Amino acid sequence: MTGHRGVAVTGIGVVAPGGSNRKEFWTLLTDGRTATRRLSFFDPAQFRSQVAAECDFDAAAAGLGAREIARNDRFVQFALAAALEAVEDSGLDLRPTGSSGLTDAGDGADGPVVGVSMGSAVGATTRLENEYVVVSDSGRHWEVDPHYASAFLYHALVPSCLATELACRFGAHGPASVVSTGCTSGIDAVGYGAQLIADGEADIVIAGASDAPISPISMACFDAIRATTARNDDPEHASRPFDASRDGFVMGEGSAVFVLEDAAAARARGARIYCEVAGYASRSNAFHMTGLRPDGVEMAEAIRVAMDAARVGAQDIDYINAHGSGTKQNDRHETAAFKRSLGARAYDVPVSSIKSMIGHSLGAIGSLEIAACALAIENHVVPPTANWSTRDPDCDLDYVPNIARDHTVDVALSVGSGFGGFQSAIVLTAPNR
Amino acid sequence: MSVTVENSAAALAAARQDQALAPSLTSVRPVVTGLGVVAPSGIGVEEHWSSTLRGDLRVAPITRFDPSRYDATLAGEILGFDPEEQVDKRYLVQTDRWTWIGMAASRLALADAAYDPAAHEPYATAVVFGSGSGGNGFGQRELSRLWTRGRTAVSVYQSIAWFYAATTGQTSIRHGLKGPSGVVVSDGAGGLDSIAQARRVIRRGTATVLAGGAESGLTPYALTCHLSSGRVSTAAVAADGYKPFDARANGYVPGEGGATLIVEDPAAAAARGARVYGEIAGYAATHDAAHPCRPAPDARWLATAMRRAIADAGLTPDDIDVVFADGAGSVDLDAQEAAAIRAVFAGRPVPVTAPQGLVGRLCAGGSALAVASALLSIRDGVLPAVGNLDTPHPDHDLHLVRQPRPATVRVALVNARGYGGFNSSLVVRAVDPR
Repeated sequence: MTGHRGVAVTGIGVVAPGGSNRKEFWTLLTDGRTATRRLSFFDPAQFRSQVAAECDFDAAAAGLGAREIARNDRFVQFALAAALEAVEDSGLDLRPTGSSGLTDAGDGADGPVVGVSMGSAVGATTRLENEYVVVSDSGRHWEVDPHYASAFLYHALVPSCLATELACRFGAHGPASVVSTGCTSGIDAVGYGAQLIADGEADIVIAGASDAPISPISMACFDAIRATTARNDDPEHASRPFDASRDGFVMGEGSAVFVLEDAAAARARGARIYCEVAGYASRSNAFHMTGLRPDGVEMAEAIRVAMDAARVGAQDIDYINAHGSGTKQNDRHETAAFKRSLGARAYDVPVSSIKSMIGHSLGAIGSLEIAACALAIENHVVPPTANWSTRDPDCDLDYVPNIARDHTVDVALSVGSGFGGFQSAIVLTAPNR
Repeated sequence: MSVTVENSAAALAAARQDQALAPSLTSVRPVVTGLGVVAPSGIGVEEHWSSTLRGDLRVAPITRFDPSRYDATLAGEILGFDPEEQVDKRYLVQTDRWTWIGMAASRLALADAAYDPAAHEPYATAVVFGSGSGGNGFGQRELSRLWTRGRTAVSVYQSIAWFYAATTGQTSIRHGLKGPSGVVVSDGAGGLDSIAQARRVIRRGTATVLAGGAESGLTPYALTCHLSSGRVSTAAVAADGYKPFDARANGYVPGEGGATLIVEDPAAAAARGARVYGEIAGYAATHDAAHPCRPAPDARWLATAMRRAIADAGLTPDDIDVVFADGAGSVDLDAQEAAAIRAVFAGRPVPVTAPQGLVGRLCAGGSALAVASALLSIRDGVLPAVGNLDTPHPDHDLHLVRQPRPATVRVALVNARGYGGFNSSLVVRAVDPR
């Protein structure tokens, strides 16, 4: 079809548990080390799940200004740090712009249009909770006292602050928005960003996702539905995707950000291209906000449509980065979806879940998993599923147990499944495939 | 960029064969076939439209809680909204008032469009809403329980009621919609941006999308967050509150509500004989990328969004019959938008309106409601007046609609801005009966 533009990934930045940049992240994953530990941000004693994958993050060291730090929740700070790394990696000169004033004809649009498409499931929930505790005096007053509120609290109320901060930092005057589709936000934000380029709405898009949900209210709400692990006596091995003894996910946090470009323009400027975003699709199960039917029909449909868009068949898929949250129903659901969409090929393709090592950072994880796919393509290595020891009869694929594997990846598939019923899939291809 | 494909059933079928990223039928202009409104101006399109044309001021002192300790005491509340009448019981307990409003608006929109999702294959329909502060009322209650009674007191529904995707997810479940659904957040611009994402989805082969948005941020904590922006009106009397483009503009009044629009592929709408309000003719978005919490120095990027949206529609500023303005309601931001409108229209006296002065600012719901009003303007050949306007600010130099008046409206431009620097513009156009 004429008019379609390819979408290249030319920059990657990461803030993750156990790794505060792209290189440390990849080393952790390929070493098969886990970054899950006893929750340390607050005393977790009252909670059912007391394990988390926390980032040891130093915002100032990552290049954030004092005012950026003061103004923003941790989830925005992560994204700023990851975006700084991604933009530097891309070699593009994206910086804050001055305004040259309103003119009669000035469109302000001589250069490339730079957009922002960032995902987050729960936004500034940590800051909103911390501020709430103060204005309500630890929950005692329904009519909270605004005199105890800090400035910039509206900035936290609506999570579009994430797109705003990145637009301002990088002078991105094109279309900007936050995508908030629960735990598929990261895939969807990159997918939407790619659509902006494909359709000519933007030439360059800063895309990715960020979440920092390790707060009492987030731990409590997942405790209430027993979605998170209770393996509190063994936090390093608590995230056990596809293992028969899995008992829930480990809450995580982090961010990955990409520079996406019109592939032809990226080639013309001689940019290093990690991979292309070749196909993306999302479907809903219209079934239950948290529950999944075991058959995986809607996820399989999303995979099928994403593969069609990428013009790849089941035989072309070299690696699947699974959602693999480590809940009983998820891992069964998506194993079924892989079989349904790939047929017999599902048994031959390495499938792994990096949540085994860095936990489940809700909306952010989709972007971190895309980063893992891009680095797998670049390095010809697939990361393992850590903590795998016992086969579940319902999960009988090759999950790359515990040890990374040398493996050429020209086509990678990454999938996500989220509260609200969202099922998303994205296909990344090697640049010279 | 644009691919020349007729808006035909054949094009839709071709698109369906090869979806997602690859084929973008960028010439397809979706149409709006249904409107559902739940807002302070009314429940249902006709209540909303008649009260808007009458100029009924629905901003009033807050009744939801005692606001006396707050600097701001006004809001646009939806009075007479009975959730049990509007929303199935099993959804009521799981969700926040914001979701009740969104689900009620969606039910009304589907009825207005005479569109029964069950009569179509489940992947043919999607939901893409703009979201704002999420289920913050539910969230405040659960935060209170957690901090006074401990974690075991937190509702099993907190994880699905508070987050920003709740209304989209529940709507997809309620109506069995399996298409590519989504949630976009760009503060007040979110309603327009959801329609733009609906357009991308339709161009990739999904026939029908529920778009728009809703908001309900009238809890003590959400109001506290609004107050921190420093841009909320502290007027004590409704008539002195949110006053877009008025000489006495003094900030905004938060409100609740929004609208759902049924946005369809034109061929699919024609195939089922749907009544069409108008087409989504053009759209563009920009970001000021200035200071994240302060207004940009000028409206250059708003003007750019307007120009690009008009060009995207294949039109010129001369084709625009009315501008539904963002109407921020503070003198500095109103002056910016006025300057942008004057620059884009180069002195032409285009009529400008902002009926939302009657209801307050509804975040993403407000821009969705503005599109509904623009389409009703086209339908009825009438321009609604700027809400709560007494004396236009002399410096703005706009041709504000002071009283509702008959007019031939073929093309309307809708502006929406979001806190932080979001600028979106959408062009809706009348469609000739086939």
